[in-house]
This record gives sequence, C-alpha cells and structure tokens, in this order.
Amino acid sequence: MTLRLSELHPGQTGHVLRLDTEGSLRQRLLDLGLVPGTAIEQIMHSPIGDPICYRVRGAMIALRQQDARNIQITI
Amino acid sequence: MGNCNSCSTGCSDTAPNRTALVQIGGVYDYVVALAGNPNTGKSTVFNYLTGLHQHTGNWPGKTVARAEGFFTQADTRYKLIDLPGTYSLMTRSVDEEIARDFILFGRPDCTVVVCDATVLERSLHLVLQIMEITNRVVVCANLIDEANRKMIALEARALEAELGVPVVPTSARRGHGMDHLLQHIHEVATGAALPQPRRARLDDEIESAIGLLVPQLLQMIPNLPCPRWVAMRLLAGDERMEQALRSGELAEFSKDPAQELVLV
Amino acid sequence: MNESSNVADKLLNDVRLLRQKLGSDLHDRLAGALYHRAAQVSAVGVHVTGRPAVDWDLGADKILTSRWLGFPIMIFALMAILWLTIQGANVPSGLLADFFFWLEGHLETGMKAIGSPWWLTGFLVNGVYRGLAWVISVMLPPMAIFFPIFTFLEDIGYLPRVSFNLDRLFRWCGANGKQSLTMGMGFGCNAAGVTSCRIIDSPRERLIAILTNNFMLCNGRWPTIILLATVFVAASFNPAWSGIVATATVVAVTLIGVAVTFAMSKFLSSTVLKGEPSHFFLELPPYRKPNLLRIFHRSLIDRTIYVLGRACVTAAPAGAVIWLLGNINAGDQSLMAYAISWLNPIGQFLGMDGVILLAYIVAIPANEIIVPTMIMAYMAGTRMTELDDMGELATLFHNNGWTFTTAICMMLFSLLHYPCATTTWTIYRETGSVKWTIWSNLMPLILAVVVCASVAQLSRWLN
Repeated sequence: MTLRLSELHPGQTGHVLRLDTEGSLRQRLLDLGLVPGTAIEQIMHSPIGDPICYRVRGAMIALRQQDARNIQITI
Repeated sequence: MGNCNSCSTGCSDTAPNRTALVQIGGVYDYVVALAGNPNTGKSTVFNYLTGLHQHTGNWPGKTVARAEGFFTQADTRYKLIDLPGTYSLMTRSVDEEIARDFILFGRPDCTVVVCDATVLERSLHLVLQIMEITNRVVVCANLIDEANRKMIALEARALEAELGVPVVPTSARRGHGMDHLLQHIHEVATGAALPQPRRARLDDEIESAIGLLVPQLLQMIPNLPCPRWVAMRLLAGDERMEQALRSGELAEFSKDPAQELVLV
Repeated sequence: MNESSNVADKLLNDVRLLRQKLGSDLHDRLAGALYHRAAQVSAVGVHVTGRPAVDWDLGADKILTSRWLGFPIMIFALMAILWLTIQGANVPSGLLADFFFWLEGHLETGMKAIGSPWWLTGFLVNGVYRGLAWVISVMLPPMAIFFPIFTFLEDIGYLPRVSFNLDRLFRWCGANGKQSLTMGMGFGCNAAGVTSCRIIDSPRERLIAILTNNFMLCNGRWPTIILLATVFVAASFNPAWSGIVATATVVAVTLIGVAVTFAMSKFLSSTVLKGEPSHFFLELPPYRKPNLLRIFHRSLIDRTIYVLGRACVTAAPAGAVIWLLGNINAGDQSLMAYAISWLNPIGQFLGMDGVILLAYIVAIPANEIIVPTMIMAYMAGTRMTELDDMGELATLFHNNGWTFTTAICMMLFSLLHYPCATTTWTIYRETGSVKWTIWSNLMPLILAVVVCASVAQLSRWLN
C-alpha cells in the first residue's frame, strides 16, 4: 500500500518509494539515506504536532510535515 | 599572451590554491584532514589529537569556522585541519564545497573520516565519496562505546577488507583506540602503507560515461590522482571543477610526483 | 596553452553531451549506488548482537518532547539556569570587585609616587582601569557559570530537542527551528549568538535570526535587569519571597524577549525578508555522557575568555570617555551635566530620565557599564562608583525621582534597545552588509522607543 510519509503512525515502519521534491531538500534527503527501498520508522511528534521524528538507517531525523507529505512510501 | 609559466607560480585568482588552503603556518611534515558527519564526535577527536595546540579562524573568504592544530607522532610533525561536518560531498552547500575542495586541491597526506559507529552505514556514504578523491584514507569508527552499549559490534578486519582502507574503532572521549589511530595516520601519511580503496560500483550508464571521460582526463593531466571523481563532478555540472580544468589548476597535479596515481 | 585549452573545451563538450544523455537524476543515482554499497559493507562488518533491555534514549525523548511535559521542562530548565547564574555569580562578583578596587587604591598611590599628574592618574586608573575592572567583575562570574551549563546541555544532546519542540512556532513566523539554538547562545552573549547563526542554511532565515538575536538578554544586561528586579520589584514583597520574585521577574522579562523575537521574526519574514520557509531537517543525535573536561575547555576557553576579551577591548575606551565627560568642564558644569540636561526631556518622554539615556549612549561599547555610569552621574561623582548595599541604591534612585514606572521602562529599554558595539561589528562581519547592520540597530531602537513611550504614557494616564 502506498502512503505519504506524513501518514505513518508512531512506531509504524514503511519503505521509501519516491521523493516528490526537488532541489536542495531532495539532495539532503538522499544524502541522509532516504533512497528508494530504505526502511523508515515514525518515532514521535514534537509537542505541537510538527515536526515529526523518524528513524532512518539508525539515525533520528526530524522533518516538517509539509516535507514528509512529499515522500511516498509503501507499507 | 597567457603562457603557462605564469600559471605555475600560482596566480590563480579564481580559487584558493593549495598554499592558501593549507595556510602556511607552523612547522610540519605532513598535513592531515579531518572529515566526518556532524555529531560524530569529530571535534573530540580533533581536541584529543591536538590538545591545546590549536587555533580557530575562518576559511578564506567564507563565514565558516576553521580549526587547525598540530601534533607529533613518531618524531614526525603533523598539521591537522578540521573540515566542516557534512553528510556528503556532492551538494552545492558551502560546507561541502569547502570539504571537497580541501580534500582534492589541498592534497592532504592523509584524510581521517570520523564515523559514528552507532550509525556506521550512514557515515560510510561519506567514506565512499572521500575514497573516490583520495587513496590516503583512514576510517575512524568513533563512539564505539556507545555502539557497544546499543549492542552493535563492529568487525574492523571485515570492514577493512570490504573498504580497502584502515578502519580503527575509537572512543575519543575515553581515549580508547587513539594510539592505534595515530599509528595508522602515520603509516598512511608517510607512505609506509598505501591503502587500496575498493570503490562502489555505480550503475552501468554512469560507469560508461565515466569510462569515456577518464582516459581523456589522464591524457590531458597524466598524474591526475582521481580522474573518476573529477569525471563525476564534471558530469554533475560542478562549475568549480570546470574552472579548475580550464585554468590549469588541475594540471598542477601532474607536476607533483608526491601523490601517487590512484588506480581505477 | 592554446592546445591545452582546446583539449579542455573538447572534454567539456563531451561532458555536456554525456550529461544530457544521463538526465537530471545523477545525484539520485549516485546516492542510491553509494548507499547500496554502504549497506553491503555494513552487512559484512556490523553486527547487531541484541536489543538493549531499556532504550534510554527513546525514553528520554518521549519525556523531553512530550505533549504535556515538553514545554514545561524547557521553561523549568531556563529558570534553573538563570537562577544558578544569578545566585552563583553573586559571591565571586563581589570578591572580584573587592580585589580590583583594592588594587586600584594601590595603583593610584603608585602613580602618585612616581610623580604622575592628577589628570593622567585619573584618566588611566579611574577611567580606563575602572571600566575594565567593572566589566570583568560583572561579566566573568556569570559567564563562567552560564556558558558551562549551556555547553553541558549542548554536549548531552538536549538542545536539538529544544529546536525540535520549538520549530512549529518558528515556522509560523517564517523562520527556522535552529534559531532557538542561536537564541540560547545569545543569552550568554549576543555576539556569540550572531556567530552561531551560521548553523542556519537558508540566508533569509539566517538573517532573521541575526537581526533578532539582540532581544535575548545577554550577560552584559542580566545584572541590570537583576538589579532592578531586586531593588524595585522584589523589594515590595515579603523579604522571604524576594529571591523567587526577583527570579520570576527576570524570567518574565526574558520571556517577553522571546515573544518579541517571534513577533519581529514574523514581521521581518512578512515584510522585508519575505520568502518561502526553507525546508527543515534536523538530526536528533543520541544522548551522550558529558565530558566535563571538554565542556570546561569549550565553554571557558572558546566562549568565556573570547567574549570577555572582546568586552575588555571595548570597555577600556568607554571607561576613558566616562572619565573625560565627568572631568572636563565647560563653564561651570561638566560635559556630563550638560549632556544630562539636554537628554532629560527625551528621557522623561520614554519614562526614564537624562542620566539613564546618557548611560545607554556611553555604554554602547559594553552594556555592563550602564549601572555604574548612572550611579556616578546621580552622585555627581567624577568616576564610576559602586554602592555595595542594595538599600542605599534604592534610596539613591528614589531621591532622583525614580518610580516603579522608571524601573519598568528601563528594564524594557535594556531588553529591546540596540545591540552593543561588539555585536554590531559581528553582525557586519557575518552579513557583510552595511544595510542590514543599520537595520539591526534601527529596528530595536524604534521598537524600544515606541514601547517605552507607550508604557510611560499609560502610567501617566493611570495616575
């Protein structure tokens, strides 16, 4: 099933399918290891709900919801 | 006019040349660069190695902090330069430009890549890129105590065999493994050991494009140490690299026999 | 040369053709291939031998960034740092001051003994030396407490969590969550805070962070706020409560500064620095055991000594100017008295008086000499003086017409006014722009004038 990264629930894991984002953010995400096929787990929200923290390749990365929305994943 | 004699005196005003990058200061035999991801304890490694023999400033023309220091190992004097912490060397960000330009044009005698042993895979992304630029790489798998606490075990020998460069597990804040690291830096910088990096295989189309460019580059600049990396940067549209090719800055490499040829 | 440039042109032409053939996703493919290889290598050499029984990091994160506790913990941490800094700095500050003034007496005697004329002794000892002594005794102890605590929080990994918690608010004002780290740095010293804005990648957001860093009270201003909070606010409460009331007042002023930072960031990002909020990504590194030696080295050598050194460079000439103003007479009055009577109407309009304004002008190089300059002017003394007893100070202020409003206006002015000379110079160095440097001074000044004038007007109405 295809979802947006922002739709993952805490503790749920998906795999990166596609990045619908361009420019420097796309390069950053790739360099942080979000290449297609990578497992990504939602860890927690910030107190106000945004940004959200994910575990990627063992590291904790926080992304804003608007950016996470542009990452397609499969679960 | 413009003959080549004027170039060889280092008149390039387009980019800092090696002298400007290393910044003559202090007495040293070899230059060591310290690269790595942010949050890997890179500055702890830096402080451990240099102690109080360090000073800070900015990179020439940039508002990015630069720290350099000195240490001695086996009666040999080293100058250590701390590069900005980066996740990669392939984007246009100022930090990454500084780091990749220094490793290429600054021609350090050894580049230490500080990795976070708890997330080694991510750090290897940077290691693999640096291995494209230079053979003289030592991997410092730092925070090994944290990794052990998280029940992550590293097999240094196996990693070395896979990467083709020395891998030293360390815990800089406890001082563990640092003697071993110094020994490897010494061997690589003095040329006593010559690492043979095993590079990542890229997809066929990119490999064949690189394959077309490398012979041309080597014909133009016979001793170019890292034709693969130069080809990759040119394909990525790196203007700095195009400029270096045009201005003859890259050709400087063919005049310096100190850097051995990287086999591709 | 021609031949080689032809070769280069041909090569670059080939590159262009190949680049077209490869398409625009080269970076994707390189990153994909490198990560594929990285995964292969780590599959061979990295082994996960089990799962720790308790994941402390995750547990700590769930608490420190939790919906209910995230913000209270941050505010509590702020209060604790301020309280420790305020309480802890008291005694060493007093000891240092005693030492310096003891030394001053001997310097004066020494100068006289070698036959130095009164004006030279006055200028060097009562001017330059005294300015330096003030700055060091007021600034050094709080910085030596504040910076290590701050570096400690940085070292164990709490600060990125603060960024994570606050990012949503910064996004609302079109700024970057990492601005919270630069603000924290600004509590120690605005110049250090401005320099730390380098961690923000987007030039627009970095500029917002630089221009608003001034609203974070710095070490040069804490003593002023603490003094006023103690003498004017806490004094009207039961003495048993005065310590807590003083801390709460200081925290309230601090939080007003935070609110102004948000408001001005929002203002800047919707007017002169309009633009899309950049993307935010932040790594939350694992919590680490702090390394005390490293914390002391970083906070004392890199931060405290560095900031103090720069403050001294600016305080010495300021001390000299103060001495000259107090000792050069034009007609029957000193220059200082002239300046005060000239500034008085403006000062009154802003809820303060001429003396306070003069102190702020003289103290542009270093905020920490504001209170001593004021005391000196009130006492019509000819050198900067310190009154040891808080009660004496309150009497002095009351005798010079101070009210509760004067104290409030001065606290607000201190919070909002322009950055000190060191910070202004740092802003120029970091932005490389005269325009933004002027902005960084004008914007807070206008804000300070508007706010103080309004408070003064309001209090006139209420009375």
